[in-house]
Amino acid sequence: MQRTATIAVLVENEAGILARVVGLFSGRGYNIDSLTVAPVDEERRLSRITVVTSGTEMVIEQIKAQLDRLVPVHKVSDLTREGPHLSRELALIKVVGAGDARIEALRLAEAFRARVVDATTESFVFEMTGNADKLDAFIALMRPLGLAEVCRTGAVAIVRGPRGLHA
Amino acid sequence: MSATQHPKPADAATLTGAEVVLRALKEQGVEVIFGYPGGAVLPIYDALFQQNAIRHILVRHEQAAVHAAEGYARSTGRVGCVLVTSGPGATNAVTGLVDALMDSIPVVCLTGQVPTHLIGNDAFQEADTTGITRPATKHNYLVKRSEDLARVVHEAFYVAKSGRPGPVVIDLPKDILINKAPYTEAPTEAHRSYRPVTEPDAGAIRRAVALLKGAKRPVIYAGGGVINAGPEASRLLRDFAKLTGFPVTNTLMGLGAFPADDPQFLGMLGMHGTYEANLVMHGCDVMLNLGARFDDRVTGKLSHFAPHSKKIHADIDPSSINKNVKVDVPIVGDAGAVLAALLACWQADETPQDKPAITEWWRQIDAWRAKDCLRYRQEGKIIKPQHAVKRLYEITRETGRETFITTEVGQHQMWAAQYFGFQQPNRWMTSGGLGTMGYGLPAATGVQIAHPDALVIDIAGEASILMNIQEMGTLAQYRLPVKIFILNNEYMGMVRQWQELLHGGRYSESYSAALPDFVKLAESFHAVGMRVTDASDLDRAIREMIAIDKPVIADIAVDPKENCFPMIPSGAAHNEMILGPGQEGGVAGVTDEGKVLV
Ligand SMILES: Cc1cc2nc3c(=O)[nH]c(=O)nc-3n(C[C@H](O)[C@H](O)[C@H](O)COP(=O)(O)OP(=O)(O)OC[C@H]3O[C@@H](n4cnc5c(N)ncnc54)[C@H](O)[C@@H]3O)c2cc1C
Ligand SMILES: Cc1ncc(C[n+]2csc(CCOP(=O)(O)OP(=O)(O)O)c2C)c(N)n1
Ligand SMILES: [Mg+2]
Repeated sequence: MQRTATIAVLVENEAGILARVVGLFSGRGYNIDSLTVAPVDEERRLSRITVVTSGTEMVIEQIKAQLDRLVPVHKVSDLTREGPHLSRELALIKVVGAGDARIEALRLAEAFRARVVDATTESFVFEMTGNADKLDAFIALMRPLGLAEVCRTGAVAIVRGPRGLHA
Repeated sequence: MSATQHPKPADAATLTGAEVVLRALKEQGVEVIFGYPGGAVLPIYDALFQQNAIRHILVRHEQAAVHAAEGYARSTGRVGCVLVTSGPGATNAVTGLVDALMDSIPVVCLTGQVPTHLIGNDAFQEADTTGITRPATKHNYLVKRSEDLARVVHEAFYVAKSGRPGPVVIDLPKDILINKAPYTEAPTEAHRSYRPVTEPDAGAIRRAVALLKGAKRPVIYAGGGVINAGPEASRLLRDFAKLTGFPVTNTLMGLGAFPADDPQFLGMLGMHGTYEANLVMHGCDVMLNLGARFDDRVTGKLSHFAPHSKKIHADIDPSSINKNVKVDVPIVGDAGAVLAALLACWQADETPQDKPAITEWWRQIDAWRAKDCLRYRQEGKIIKPQHAVKRLYEITRETGRETFITTEVGQHQMWAAQYFGFQQPNRWMTSGGLGTMGYGLPAATGVQIAHPDALVIDIAGEASILMNIQEMGTLAQYRLPVKIFILNNEYMGMVRQWQELLHGGRYSESYSAALPDFVKLAESFHAVGMRVTDASDLDRAIREMIAIDKPVIADIAVDPKENCFPMIPSGAAHNEMILGPGQEGGVAGVTDEGKVLV
């Protein structure tokens, strides 16, 4: 049985760390649905990677164990297994068109709480934050309305409640 | 990385980077380094020239430097150390690094690099060494700041030897070696992010003992991890086996972890394992895996692997557990610590064993043993390769000399595993995981450097030996009396065997044509050569070889058609073994599914 897992990895912020993680996934044939990385603690030189992956339970356990044995990795946490968690992704979505389609796009954007961050007489750029499903749904709706370009950050995720992920 | 530990101001930058490297190596206890010079590492060679603490062994190819370090490491339990130049020096070392990675051998390899300001410019002899070796090492470093140098060297040794051992590369730009750098001592505090678990969880140990106490058909399947854990772990394994009365089998990498002549020893298991070991694995109800990784050469067809068993797996690397085989009781820890905990828990636990069931199990095992699956017939003049290894074993044993065996890769390697008995750990070095032809001679070089008075023999094939034959030069230069015992079957025998069994006897490119005259070859390298073609001459030749205090190539002409049995064809189950001629076994044909497997 396949499942999706959102895995948070706290790593040393050092040269080559992303290559190690990505190389691990490609070298061992694991899926990457999305991957994000950014420094989260300047002082302690830590970065946080959020990787969304899928596989059988055994494969996901392997992925976690393989990540954990990388020397610069501090902590690996399977947020999907940790209990309720929040997952957010940001998208910039360009829609080009005129007339009714343009009005409909704007109306839907409001309903989805997408912000207009750029507009010309023939285009909008919407900025939207949400979980991946919400972004997927909005993008699908924009398709017939002149969807021209999409870029997405990939998910970042955090566990609900007071518990934190520490190195 | 340890940002918290600020460099102690001790010798604020009075040493060059190269001197700092050597001082850190010394502090790490390095006595020998296997290497090959070149432009990028000349500063280190210059520093080496001006000191006496570290001995440099000049190999003839960088791949051999790594294998020599592996042999040194495996036979001593210490970290092997390598020094190579940038570009081709580093790329030549890659095969050795992957070999050490697959077999969990601790090695630190220093590679030269172009100066930092030229990195990325396709400078002369530049290669992206950290990029190339990232999947070839346990970890690697590129040192870009002089103040990191000493810390990185210390950390590299810690990483190489702790947890699951493995190779570590330190890439050293030439300016970093030339510029002054501060020296810092090895840190005493724990590493920031890498802290492998060595002590097993008490609950897991109790669950394991509960299963083991109730076992009716138990087996201990012990692997290279027991060797990695140090000789004490092998002693504890023996104690545990005595206490429980359980049968023990070893993987190829685990040979020596349990004494070969102990009545509880079943021999090696797996593709070329014994009939009894594989049937015990197939029929067991409780399996205790100690430091073995359920390799495909061992498990055969996974869906048919030990189908009626509860499995306990103790391994220092959590990623080895539940990787190929789902287990019932996972134990993360060092094999020695696990064995000590199992012994203590077993003794404290009052539950009796099912003795009658174990006695019955041994009756069954003895019946399987009676098959005598390693039987062969030595008749007439033509030397059977099995006989050659068996006599080598018996004669070396008679001499009472401390003996270390290395091998190349192929049939001869399997015959060495089957017919040479290892009573102690760290006496057997072979390339198991990568199966690197050309491993044995350089590995033997490393072993002989570490054990100058011991008898070191590379059991070789005529094809494999040519892959690092240049190391004869190293033997000559350092007067290393390594013995190369070639089972010369004039074929890449293992390839020929698969072609015979799987590819309709079409022997495509597996004949060893145009072989050198090994006697003359030996002589040209200042060694002694001998050729043996008659079985009646074998013992004399072996005795003579052992007695010569120089490197020797003994070219033993063996039966070219001999196959290595038992054999579990790829994709078959343990109870579908093919046995040798004249012995009935399972009758596994090779399925199409099996044919795609290696
Ligand atoms: C031609 C050929 C044929 C082969 N045929 C066979 C065969 O018939 N049978 C066979 O067995 N092999 C065979 N092999 C070898 C095989 O490919 C594997 O290399 C071998 O089976 C692996 O041995 P192992 O499971 O003991 O693991 P190793 O590779 O030795 O790995 C050691 C395991 O122990 C763990 N470990 C390391 N240190 C410790 C510690 N301190 N404490 C606890 N755990 C630790 C590691 O994490 C790892 O999981 C063959 C190889 C070749 C080239
Ligand atoms: C570097 C490398 N190349 C190819 C192989 C594939 N291979 C495995 S065994 C073997 C033949 C070895 O022949 P030889 O050394 O004569 O040993 P034998 O099997 O005859 O005992 C080959 C080519 C390998 N293991 N390593
Ligand atoms: Mg051969």
